[in-house]
Amino acid sequence: MPILSAKGVTHLYNKGTPSQAKAIYNVNVEIEEGELVGLIGHTGSGKSTLVQHFNGILKPDEGQIFVDGKDIWADKKATREARFKVGLCFQYPEYQLFEETVYKDISFGPKNMGLSEEEINSRVLLAAEYVGLKKELLEKSPFDLSGGEKRRAAIAGVIAMQPKVLILDEPTAGLDPKGRDKILDMIKSYREKTGSTVLLVSHSMEDVAKIATKVLVMNKSRVEMYGTVDEVYSHSEELRKIGLNIPQVSKVFEILKQKGCDLGTAYTVEKAAEVILSKGGANV
Amino acid sequence: MEDKVIIKFDNVSFAYEASEEDTAATQVVDGFSLDVPKGQFLAVLGHNGCGKSTVAKLINGILVPSAGKVTVDGLDTADDDKVTDVRRTVGMVFQNPDNQIVATIVEDDVAFGPENLGMPPHEIRKRVDDALKAVGMYEFRDREPHRLSGGQKQRVAIAGIIAMNTKCIVMDEPTAMLDPHGRQEVMDTIQMLNKERGITVILITHYMDEAVKADRVVVMDKGEIVLDGVPRDVFKNVEKLKSLGLDVPQATELAYRLRKAGLDIPDNILDEKECAEAILAALEVK
Amino acid sequence: MIKDITIGQYFIGDSLLHRLDARMKIILTIAFIVSIFICKSFPALLLMVLFTFVVVLISKVPVKMVLKSVKPIAIIVAFTSILNIFYVRGGTPLVDWRFIHITSNGVFTAIFMAVRIVCLVIISSMLTYTTTPTMLTDAIEKLLSPLKLFKIPVSTLAMMMTLALRFIPTLIDEIDRITNAQKARGANLDDGNFIERVKALVPIIVPLFVSSIRRAYELADAMDCRCYTGGPGRTRMKQMKLHPRDFAALAVVVLLIAGIVLLNIYFKAVLVR
Repeated sequence: MPILSAKGVTHLYNKGTPSQAKAIYNVNVEIEEGELVGLIGHTGSGKSTLVQHFNGILKPDEGQIFVDGKDIWADKKATREARFKVGLCFQYPEYQLFEETVYKDISFGPKNMGLSEEEINSRVLLAAEYVGLKKELLEKSPFDLSGGEKRRAAIAGVIAMQPKVLILDEPTAGLDPKGRDKILDMIKSYREKTGSTVLLVSHSMEDVAKIATKVLVMNKSRVEMYGTVDEVYSHSEELRKIGLNIPQVSKVFEILKQKGCDLGTAYTVEKAAEVILSKGGANV
Repeated sequence: MEDKVIIKFDNVSFAYEASEEDTAATQVVDGFSLDVPKGQFLAVLGHNGCGKSTVAKLINGILVPSAGKVTVDGLDTADDDKVTDVRRTVGMVFQNPDNQIVATIVEDDVAFGPENLGMPPHEIRKRVDDALKAVGMYEFRDREPHRLSGGQKQRVAIAGIIAMNTKCIVMDEPTAMLDPHGRQEVMDTIQMLNKERGITVILITHYMDEAVKADRVVVMDKGEIVLDGVPRDVFKNVEKLKSLGLDVPQATELAYRLRKAGLDIPDNILDEKECAEAILAALEVK
Repeated sequence: MIKDITIGQYFIGDSLLHRLDARMKIILTIAFIVSIFICKSFPALLLMVLFTFVVVLISKVPVKMVLKSVKPIAIIVAFTSILNIFYVRGGTPLVDWRFIHITSNGVFTAIFMAVRIVCLVIISSMLTYTTTPTMLTDAIEKLLSPLKLFKIPVSTLAMMMTLALRFIPTLIDEIDRITNAQKARGANLDDGNFIERVKALVPIIVPLFVSSIRRAYELADAMDCRCYTGGPGRTRMKQMKLHPRDFAALAVVVLLIAGIVLLNIYFKAVLVR
């Protein structure tokens, strides 16, 4: 049974006004437990709208959303359950910080779940550990943290709810390369440690190639492709047509292939170097 | 030689004043010197907090140095009487497009600078139309800015600067909040302004693919310049850049790894074509 | 999406009313409001209603939208009408039953007041339907500019108004985003008593405040960079110019007021007050 599934989901915005339009249209997708799915597509492709359906922030105009096999709009209880089973971390999450201390802010979600004091405490500490926030930072005001730390504190606030599925909407937007790598490493290790399903909405084909197990491509309100990184990235022509660019190393491999040196495929620098070296080694 | 330099940092230091919590004043820039020749497209790289935004704000007098001197086209930025002249010479585009657009209609926003300079209405109209055409936003002149995409907003902000006829534009991470499409739009606009209008561009960024397009790259760390040169030379220093928390283009990194592993590949690879050719050559030789 | 709402209630169009100078429209609206209050006889009232009707037709704003602007005041109109019916005395008694006394004067006053309020609201909303907030701000700035003589910073105030208009959609968008983010963390905004609901707003208001302050700082820097000083010497790209049509509109309203005055004289005033 897939952990998340969308069946024929359509969402309209500006419903009932002249500017009514389809944000997503007849989306069918099933996401298996434990995957790390990279969700890519350019702005306006519907990817943010789709993820907001999974935890019930948005209600489909048509179709159904299932979390863990349950229709989340079946009744009020199911909707509230979905909120906590699917943790959604919005873009620029540092702008949601509001408490006096980082500790209190991270505990906001668990508190809303009605957990006991000890349970909240252990969850906050664990979440802070996952995102790599040092203990002494927890008693600071969130507004005194650096940009990258704020971002990680906000993500911890979602992780502390211990959702089965963690969805991150462009968690690396606006960060410098170091901050970006920290977040990506954190996501990867979080999934390895907890076995949670993770959805990573991203503009960066490079980032997705680095950590995702599967890739979901959205285009013009629909799902365009869904498959493993290799399956999706090998369709470089189609990707280019919908305005997505394959990583630079993949382009290097394409050129090599055109020139008669077919080395297969590679989407990360590490993989590319490995492939070339083994080939080079064989020639020696 | 001297008159060809448009922006000059002469041994500049700057520290944010001590606040209640931080008792020590934070020294952001220390003994910083830099000459930017007219017409250059300069990229400034560095991780967050390396002082690059401070350098940007020092250029047009939002901040003034605590020691040393910044001159813009011969004008001292610390001179209060000259501050308007400095800002007519150097315009600035910021990271968040929403927080720099002041009007409810695109063309009114572009007119804001010239209006502040007290120019006659017909002249403003001419400049606004010209600036909007230059950034490809003329058809959007009647729109409301909040309905535009991030890339479009940023182009409106750029138009607002060129309508003031500035000789130089400083951009502080103008693409950090944009999607790849918006980034491309803004980069195309920047390059066009530099090539076709001869405007000096100082682009502060942490995107390496943007820095590659510049005439010159300066890498900053802890308020100092650590690398300075044409992109090809700067990106040779893969290890140094990585230790500073920066990226190099993937092609450069791949070439670097292969060379380290013993393949005969030159150390000045910048794009995918060069990289592929070098790999072919290296594999064939073997 | 919430950001697609229109600020104010401008209705995009190109009618004669849209093209009138905003300053003239403001002055004429004020003149019309005055004429509403000098209007005292039924024929004069009829003339006013007729005028309002013609203005709506010229504007080409759909009647449905015009009615929408009247809706919020319907209760006030109904309430004042009832008060007038029961409490205004004089004229012919119509109903006289126990404690209920209704007289002809009461009924007339009720009708008069209702019609006056509705006309007032329709005409003022015609101003906002046919004038963009930006044009309104500019017009108010121009009309108030004599106040500069008394050291009142009219341009600065107008700039503040423009910025407010500019940032309303941005802030609405931001509220929307923060609300969703907190909802995703299980914030319950829909249930609970008053105090609980107010408390539930803290996670939204604090981040909104923080980000607004940050925006204000960045905006101030951006305005500095574009040589804004707030002082004199600023010119405007868009110059307001009066056209023949503006004077024609003025003439029409002057005639309307003259007509109302004449009709008041020739016919019996209904309103005693």
